[in-house]
Amino acid sequence: MLNQNGIKHYLKWSFCFLSEGLTKRRTVLLFIIGFLISCGVNFSKPLLVGSNHNFKTIQSALSSAKDGDTIFVYSGVYVENTILVNKAVKIIGINRPILSGDNKHEIMKIKSDNVLVRGFLFRDTGLNFIYDNAAIKLDSVKYCTIEENKFINNFFGIYLSRASNCIVINNELEAFQTKETYSGNGIHLWQCREMTIKNNKIKGHRDGIYFEFVKRSEIEGNSSQSNLRYGLHFMFSDSCRYYNNYFTKNGAGVAVMFTKNVDMSNNIFEYNWGGAAYGLLLKDISDSKILRNQFIKNTCAIYFEGCNRVTTLENNFLENGTAIRLMANSMDNLFTKNNFIGNSFDVNTNSTKSYNTFESNYWSEYKGYDLNKDGIGDIPFRPVKLFSFIIEQNRPALILMRSLFVDILNVAENIFPSLTPKTLMDSKPKMTKYL
Amino acid sequence: MNILFKIIRYQIHDISRSKWLLFYTLFFFLITYGLISFSNDQSKVILSLLNVALIIIPLVSIIFGTVYLYNNKDYIVLILSQPIKRKILYLGLYLGLVIPLAFSFVIGTLIPLIILGKNIPVQIMLILFLFAAGLFQTSIFVSISFLIATWNENKILGLGLSIFTWLLFSVLYDGLLLLMINIFQNYPLEKALIGFSVFNPVDLARILVILKLDVAALMGYTGAVFQKFFNTNFGIVVSFLFLIGWTVIPLMIGKRKFSKKDF
Repeated sequence: MLNQNGIKHYLKWSFCFLSEGLTKRRTVLLFIIGFLISCGVNFSKPLLVGSNHNFKTIQSALSSAKDGDTIFVYSGVYVENTILVNKAVKIIGINRPILSGDNKHEIMKIKSDNVLVRGFLFRDTGLNFIYDNAAIKLDSVKYCTIEENKFINNFFGIYLSRASNCIVINNELEAFQTKETYSGNGIHLWQCREMTIKNNKIKGHRDGIYFEFVKRSEIEGNSSQSNLRYGLHFMFSDSCRYYNNYFTKNGAGVAVMFTKNVDMSNNIFEYNWGGAAYGLLLKDISDSKILRNQFIKNTCAIYFEGCNRVTTLENNFLENGTAIRLMANSMDNLFTKNNFIGNSFDVNTNSTKSYNTFESNYWSEYKGYDLNKDGIGDIPFRPVKLFSFIIEQNRPALILMRSLFVDILNVAENIFPSLTPKTLMDSKPKMTKYL
Repeated sequence: MNILFKIIRYQIHDISRSKWLLFYTLFFFLITYGLISFSNDQSKVILSLLNVALIIIPLVSIIFGTVYLYNNKDYIVLILSQPIKRKILYLGLYLGLVIPLAFSFVIGTLIPLIILGKNIPVQIMLILFLFAAGLFQTSIFVSISFLIATWNENKILGLGLSIFTWLLFSVLYDGLLLLMINIFQNYPLEKALIGFSVFNPVDLARILVILKLDVAALMGYTGAVFQKFFNTNFGIVVSFLFLIGWTVIPLMIGKRKFSKKDF
């Protein structure tokens, strides 16, 4: 609770005194007095909320609080009307007090900058499609921090709109709806700038993390699983990064759309199953990077539609239905140094032309040889099989998968390509996988 | 019954001395051994084994069965001079061939799997499925081969028909299906395809397998329709009934032919 500016100011003064040649004892005395003064600003008593304390409700504590105050909330269940935070206060829960929305209303609405909320359990906001009930809603604020809270059975979890420089860290969110239409997002950001979403765990919401019109923000170390729709839903959010996240068992995986300069690295995309499930769905993405991610057992690991100049580097594609589905409207993408291991189909495309580059990848399906022992296969690898081309146009043909007839067709097409894109090939396939 | 067992016992004894059966066992042993030693992913090994089972077993069973019946003509004529029912003799010959063939497939595959296999309990369903598929392919194609050999006196024609039958079920049928899928691609074909697939024992076994393994690739409407049929108890029962039918019906027709045949 030290005021940083105060301390800086004070240190400057005390050095001034020192330089003026005061005795050591006096300097020490001045140091102590100065310290007390500089901290004094924050020495107003913290406000205590609890059944045995001055304030019985958080709202009453808030109404007598001043900017910069700290409110400690002791354990208990607090069912209040929506708590409106319009002062720059720190609200800290001790032994995780429960704030309930009583299945009717929003729990907390933050309208001031520099607010910190820590250590609560938020539950039961109830559904409301007009107000989009959220456990915590932050509107047009800066420098707020939401940390170490739990959220259970809320419509929306943390809802930020027009916010900037806020931090959402170490929260756990869980919801139990079974229908997409009756479920809200875990961490919802709309029109935000320079945000940090870090180390949160989100489960069972509609979209785990939702980004729309967000700029220059980071999503780091979150785990988003078993959400009804997307683990991460990301639109119109230029220059954002997301890394070290874990997305698993989400209804439709992760969708990143209509964005430039996204950096996606070191994430794990796992077990996204279903007819419309994608490990990573990319639509209209340009100038972005997909770096060192793991794609494991997804129906489709990455789907490229209308993507330009995206670099896919050093990723692992393990046992997916289709590793890469590349639509004809994607151009100038580069796929290099990836491992493609045990996928039912490595690359599918719907076009006979391809303007993308595949180079130096490892393909477990590659059956070529390496006579000069330089670790690079001597004949190019064509990842698009005739059969994958057929099923792209005609799904029912999937029933012929792994039939001897199809194998014969694939071999014939591989020797004399006539239907599959001739240019879509890896001319330097790696013989051993990248570690 | 007693006579049936006697015939089976004699046949098994006779076939067990054949070099071909030893090769057949050794072939499965080496394939399984090689696949397991060179691959880290055991589910892929079982997938490859299933592929082998669906191509090699029908081919070997149908050719071996045809040749076997032709080569044993003298023996059959000799036995028929005894007071033995033709029905019993036919069944005895059939079981006398199917049992050693199935046995050598199981032994050849099982031994390397037990010695080298990792986490077998996890994949027990797949392994059981592999054996079920192999056993059914054996019984079905031996039964078809017996039918062909009983029907035709001409050895060359019989052998040609056998190879053609194998080609038909393994390759041509799928080609025709693909052609059909292409011609009628504007129509919802999924249910029709389920109907067509049960009429080919190789396809039926293959589809049951891909639904276990390549589920991810099969997602979507097509996959959902297949799953809904083949992955329910009803679908599995129907599939197995068809596989049994593929064994029993050619066997019955062959038996009838055999009973009326003028040797």
